[in-house]
Amino acid sequence: MQPDWPAEVHQELKKAGVRVVGYVPDAGHRRLIELCQADAAMRAVPLTTEEEGIGLAAGAWLGGAKSVVLMQSSGVGNIVNVLGMMKTCRLPLVLLVTMRGEQGEFNSWQVPMGENTAKVLETMGVAVRQAGEPQTVAAHVRAALRIAFEAQGAEAVLIAQRVIGIKSFQEQANAS
Amino acid sequence: MLHRRAVVSRLLHERGKLLVVAGLGSTAWDITAAGDSPLSFPLWGAMGQAAMIGLGLALAQPERAVLVITGDGEMLMGLGALATVGVQQPRNLSVVVIDNERYGETGMQATHTAHGIDLAGVARACRFKHASTVTDEAGVDALRALVHKNEGPTFAAVKVAAEKLPLVLPPLDGVVLKDRFRTALLGRA
Repeated sequence: MQPDWPAEVHQELKKAGVRVVGYVPDAGHRRLIELCQADAAMRAVPLTTEEEGIGLAAGAWLGGAKSVVLMQSSGVGNIVNVLGMMKTCRLPLVLLVTMRGEQGEFNSWQVPMGENTAKVLETMGVAVRQAGEPQTVAAHVRAALRIAFEAQGAEAVLIAQRVIGIKSFQEQANAS
Repeated sequence: MLHRRAVVSRLLHERGKLLVVAGLGSTAWDITAAGDSPLSFPLWGAMGQAAMIGLGLALAQPERAVLVITGDGEMLMGLGALATVGVQQPRNLSVVVIDNERYGETGMQATHTAHGIDLAGVARACRFKHASTVTDEAGVDALRALVHKNEGPTFAAVKVAAEKLPLVLPPLDGVVLKDRFRTALLGRA
């Protein structure tokens, strides 16, 4: 049986005391977003662009609240400049990124950003953890939360496309 | 015509426990000219994110009034944030744009507001509870009172003269700015 990684990640966020969850929707994050929305201890904040999530995280930390930002790999391209603020100010950051443009991708327009997501993050000083299997996602998230909030680090967990398992428009349509 | 330094000094007069975020450039110099405070977070970068930093702060500290003071160019770079704030409806957040219709740090080029783009109209459409364009001192005083009332979200575009003023610089070190803010607010960095 496959581990229920969204439920496990939600539990990790709860245990760490995360109060603010910014997100740009992604099919791969659908269940985790629903769990956070349903959690009275968390404020789920839909964003118009991923860049807003970085500002949100900075402000939340200034106010004493822990946050995470959920996005798809294409969204990493939208946050590059503002990552500079997190590095300069040593503001904690946890990004949970569902990957596109990997094996099973049906849309070639997703490939350039998908192939370079880790490189872009590392170039801007964000540590990257690759969660390649469903059973490893929660452990990576736990480590990212600890380093971000205890050592003012910027951390990203990349959740592989094979973990999410959506391969075609048809499967996406059937999943909804 | 209103002048930006006088407007910002008036808005921050007897600011008490107000938490302040200032967008990069002129508004960061303006709040510093009005009197630097550990409860001010002036931005030296992250253009377009001032309102979102204010939202994060307002959600983390729902009982404290949060005031974002930023420029028209900075606000225009992150207009989506007004929609995001409108969804959250934080009562304690005010966003005030000091609108000189210019990119003041790059040669005073015209911004979109010089061409009639109405930021208060955008904020109103984004469900800000109060949204106005302020053009006189009475309007600034009314805005200052509103900022402390936690009846928002509140938005105002304050039209000011396009003038180049002496720089009054806040601390540059981002870690210092962050640590002093958290220490003053939370008692720990």
